Amino acid sequence: MTATTIPTTTLTADAVPSTMRVFTANVRAEWTKLRSVRSTVWTLLATVGLAVGFGALIGASQMSSWDNLDAAERLRFDPTSFSLSGLFLAQLAVGVLGVLIVTSEYATGQIRATFGATPQRLTVLAAKATTFTGVVLATGLVASFSAFFVGQAIFASKGLDASIGDPGVLRAVFGGALYLTGIGLLGVGVGTLLRRTAGATAGLVGLLFIVPIVTGFLPSSFQETIGKYLPAQAGMAIFNVIPDPRALTPWVGLAVLLAYGAIALAAGAATVTRRDA
Amino acid sequence: MIELNDVTKRYGSTVAVDGLSFQVRPGEVTGFLGPNGSGKSTTMRMIVSLDAPTSGTVTVDGRPYRDLRFPLRHVGALLEAKAIHPGRSARDHLRWLAESNAISRRRVDEVLEQVGLAEVADRRSGGFSLGMGQRLGIATALLGDPATLLLDEPVNGLDPEGIKWIRQLLRSLAAEGRSVMVSSHLMSEMALTADRLVVIGRGRLITEGTVADVVGQASTGSVRVDTPEPERLRSLLVRAGNTVSTEVDGALVVTGTTARDVGILAGDAGITLYELSPQSASLEEAFMELTRDAAEYTTGAAA
Repeated sequence: MTATTIPTTTLTADAVPSTMRVFTANVRAEWTKLRSVRSTVWTLLATVGLAVGFGALIGASQMSSWDNLDAAERLRFDPTSFSLSGLFLAQLAVGVLGVLIVTSEYATGQIRATFGATPQRLTVLAAKATTFTGVVLATGLVASFSAFFVGQAIFASKGLDASIGDPGVLRAVFGGALYLTGIGLLGVGVGTLLRRTAGATAGLVGLLFIVPIVTGFLPSSFQETIGKYLPAQAGMAIFNVIPDPRALTPWVGLAVLLAYGAIALAAGAATVTRRDA
Repeated sequence: MIELNDVTKRYGSTVAVDGLSFQVRPGEVTGFLGPNGSGKSTTMRMIVSLDAPTSGTVTVDGRPYRDLRFPLRHVGALLEAKAIHPGRSARDHLRWLAESNAISRRRVDEVLEQVGLAEVADRRSGGFSLGMGQRLGIATALLGDPATLLLDEPVNGLDPEGIKWIRQLLRSLAAEGRSVMVSSHLMSEMALTADRLVVIGRGRLITEGTVADVVGQASTGSVRVDTPEPERLRSLLVRAGNTVSTEVDGALVVTGTTARDVGILAGDAGITLYELSPQSASLEEAFMELTRDAAEYTTGAAA
């Protein structure tokens, strides 16, 4: 062979790709990663299934005991918020998926292929979070709207159903999708920070399910001040159409949840560039 | 082109790589040799910015790897086979890698064809054999048609046909003007594949040069001599300060001298010789000799 071809010469003649171009290329790559593993699809289906299934179950049981409720309990009944209660379980699937999109790369060694292909690690993390946000938001919308309409169909038996056009309802149902996205991003952040599936999953479950129980043992004054600022409890304020005096206001609550996610992601970002992969 | 300049990597108090400097040049296959734990993999990981050096600089085409945008187009690396999610197919794995560096989808099919994985490309990679995993790793390295290739133990798990294929592939990549760096524990393999060798031990550079240079540097050069009077010749040689051992067929192997000196000694004593042949050290022996020195040096320095 006489002709020597050194491909780089032709490439360096091109302009150096911009950060934006590296980012969009990585969004496509992350989308392919998500799409090409069967467990992603199952987890997303589980998210919708849990949201609708548990929402329907709890709604039906509430309707069957409706006639025994006292006036105060009936007054507190928020058909929108109630129909979205399955999201409290669905968040587990979304949160674990968020953890796994990072920790499974460390577990399989694929992270070295990822950072080898794109040494701009913050760009990779941003692309991962962006792609995941898109997927979870879309799934969350399906889950939240399905849960709402199934729930209202059940409440209609007692004439208690809310309409999507009622004030605050659309915000709450759309907020359900935002809630799941916030939990998912919290998972991505915790996964990036801890890198191990077991530890990160335990950490996330602890934060969402165990810490609220533990604070339940605290004196009630502490419960009231701390409890509503926990990630899940804060975020679920977005479901409320009838104001709940024990919770934060809807948008503040959601903002608190998103702040948790942002802090976890920032902490993950700070460590991911410093550590050896 | 890869350049390492006084690179040191410490993990706590352990020094994995210690003041290492060398180059991997275009148009050559550079063999990277060292015993297990000598810092080969750490060095290769630093080249692609997976690990950060404690001090010193590593550049690819004059720039740190982490500054490269779409680096797969500059450097292809096989650092460990199966850095892949077991639930994902080979094609999907290559596809996301290609997308991350804006490489065409057609190129994925090309490299799958090139490494002989086209037929199993859509199966879950979790079921791949070591050899198939290795071929996928090589496909990954070739994906961006890079000017520099970095392969850590590429023949691991390959059958003889696969080893021959790798050898030809590396030669042809270098012939195209690419810089090729290959680590291997199979020294004999390096003799057939590499143009130059970089030998390290305990994270330090022991020697570098052409294969012939490195073999020549090793002091295991010896002379085989066959004679009807082995005992007489042996005592003469030992008296002259040489180390002599006896082969199974009764011939003597003399180290620390040359065939010429053995011939003069035998001639002066009137001893008949049937055979007098210089034995050049094999690459394997040269390597053992060189790295043993490194180990002794380190132990001596610590004492």
